Amino acid sequence: MNNNGAPILQIKNLKTYFKTDQGLAKAVDDVSFDLHAGKTLSVVGESGCGKSVTALSVMGLVPEPPGVKAGGQILFEGRDLLTMPEKELRAIRGNDISMIFQEPMTSMNPVFRVGGQLSAAIRLHRGLNKTDARQEAIRLLDQVGIPAPEQRVDDYPHQLSGGMLQRVMIALALACNPKVLIADEPTTALDVTIQAQILELLRELQAERGMTILLITHDLGVVAENADEVVVMYAGKKVEQAPVAELFKNPRHPYTQGLFASLPSLEKTLERLHVIEGNVPAATQFPDGCRFNNRCPYVQSRCKSDLPPYEAIAGTAHGVACWEHNALAALDPAESGVHSP
Amino acid sequence: MSDDLLIVENLKKHFPIKRGIFSKTVGAVYAVDGISFSIPRGSTLSLVGESGSGKTTAGRSLLRLVEPTSGTITFDGINVCQLDRKDLRALRKRVQIIFQDPFGSLNPRMTVYSVLAEAMKAHGLGDRNSRRARCFELLELVGLPPEAADRYPHEFSGGQRQRIGIARALAVEPDLIVADEPVSALDVSVQAQILNLLKDLQERLGLTYLFIGHDLSVIRHISTTVAVMYLGRIVEIAPVEQLFNNPIHPYTKALLSAVPKNDPERNLQRTVLTGDVPSPIEPPSGCHFHPRCPDAVPDCALVGANLVEYSKGHHVACNRYVPGDTGERTPTQGTGIATNQ
Repeated sequence: MNNNGAPILQIKNLKTYFKTDQGLAKAVDDVSFDLHAGKTLSVVGESGCGKSVTALSVMGLVPEPPGVKAGGQILFEGRDLLTMPEKELRAIRGNDISMIFQEPMTSMNPVFRVGGQLSAAIRLHRGLNKTDARQEAIRLLDQVGIPAPEQRVDDYPHQLSGGMLQRVMIALALACNPKVLIADEPTTALDVTIQAQILELLRELQAERGMTILLITHDLGVVAENADEVVVMYAGKKVEQAPVAELFKNPRHPYTQGLFASLPSLEKTLERLHVIEGNVPAATQFPDGCRFNNRCPYVQSRCKSDLPPYEAIAGTAHGVACWEHNALAALDPAESGVHSP
Repeated sequence: MSDDLLIVENLKKHFPIKRGIFSKTVGAVYAVDGISFSIPRGSTLSLVGESGSGKTTAGRSLLRLVEPTSGTITFDGINVCQLDRKDLRALRKRVQIIFQDPFGSLNPRMTVYSVLAEAMKAHGLGDRNSRRARCFELLELVGLPPEAADRYPHEFSGGQRQRIGIARALAVEPDLIVADEPVSALDVSVQAQILNLLKDLQERLGLTYLFIGHDLSVIRHISTTVAVMYLGRIVEIAPVEQLFNNPIHPYTKALLSAVPKNDPERNLQRTVLTGDVPSPIEPPSGCHFHPRCPDAVPDCALVGANLVEYSKGHHVACNRYVPGDTGERTPTQGTGIATNQ
């Protein structure tokens, strides 16, 4: 990982909880990681692991109530976004940090033309006049690869396909030249051939602008091809973090190993898939101790009572939150039967 | 051909588009536009394609949940298209469907027992006691505890609900199950459980599956034969190993190449298709794929492509493929292609 210079965005011990009828849901519970300029960090996990809430917390978009900022810091260039007055946050949100969402179809206002929605953001953040903002909107649409942008700018969202709308969303997010782009499952709602186009576009734009990307996804293939660094989340906790090549070669947490092993392969036909038994627990009912203990094949008594701390593995850029990771690493991977790289 | 449980010939489903006060038909959505395939007993045929390719409509036409426009469907020697209401009901006892969305496809006010019993009652199976017994049998079959019988759908997670959906389909002891994207809404760790369950059930009960999906690695895992659809037509159909190891059609190749691979060290080299899937209302002339095809020649816009045999069981619909060649693309004059209709 590139460590020269301070990280552009630091998430420190972030705790975002929700008050629900079933009790307190610890959606994000003591999660820390750093984003370095120009790199892509991917947060990966299954539904309910807290990856989207992490992204929304950075943007200050968690609704309160029911959301509760229960602690931690989010430092953008040294300033804490969590304690910042709304007015200052507004100056950063959209300008320096912007976000694209999972569903392009529901993220745009259906009754306004896409060009109008784009130029509204441009006028608000960059103070351009109406005509200039329209020109800028056309230029941005062109940049994200929309054919005939002069005509598309007057289309309504329903007139565009999902892939085209996601391009508009990207144009919207790029309108103010953000330093950090948060992409929350940007291609999940799209077909694979369109997904390939959008991911390629994001890589090009990143190379052009030196943008930092926080990529939230559940798709390990997307992670493998786009991330520099990966954070694996489970049940509101960071369970593992490593540079992408290291994580795929040598996953250390039983959950990460199980996740890799349960993927069907495109290259070979397997008789049976590896299975992680059970289900992801609800956020109000996380088990005591390690939150993975009720599904973990290597569970020990300590795992059921004490929460394993996240710790770096000596001499590597790799870290893991598991009591047994040293004992597991000593096992022959073939013998453990879980991960077959 | 008595080995084939289901034979579909030249199936078409066109949805008319009506406009104006007299509901004049002004056009049609060519959702399924002449597809043919057959499924041998005990095997799995998969329909794979992107949104709008017609795979779901094709699946639903088999049960006449949508009425086919033309073509014939022969299920175990019975002509499905000509059945009256009574016989159709009898057919549906033998052909069941599992839906994609485990949240939307179960009545929230019915307990699991009533969901399962209703299916049996509808087809006049058993009495009160035997239905209750059968319900526990089904729950065990799909890996749910017997207590589940008296609980409501909201008490279950997505994966468990999909198990209930599978149990409901199995309740009437069908021969053929149409599984419409049964794992698309599930997390990978749960997806693996459901895929294993479907395979186990097939082995134990000798079921035949028509599997509809878009995730190619899932398709590879579950299928015996794969049919790739594009805009209502089958562009390539082959035994699973053939299709994945030796794809011939440019669309199949692009689809396979678009899937992100779980290997960060592989260099990114892929054919990224340009443009979107065109609308099935006005599909492109000639070969539907020609506007996006990297190998297209001008003739492709004029002449439609028919399925021709590449090797046993492997058919491909591409004007640029000449029977007898080794899959290497050679320029053709486009018109002299044999048809198999």
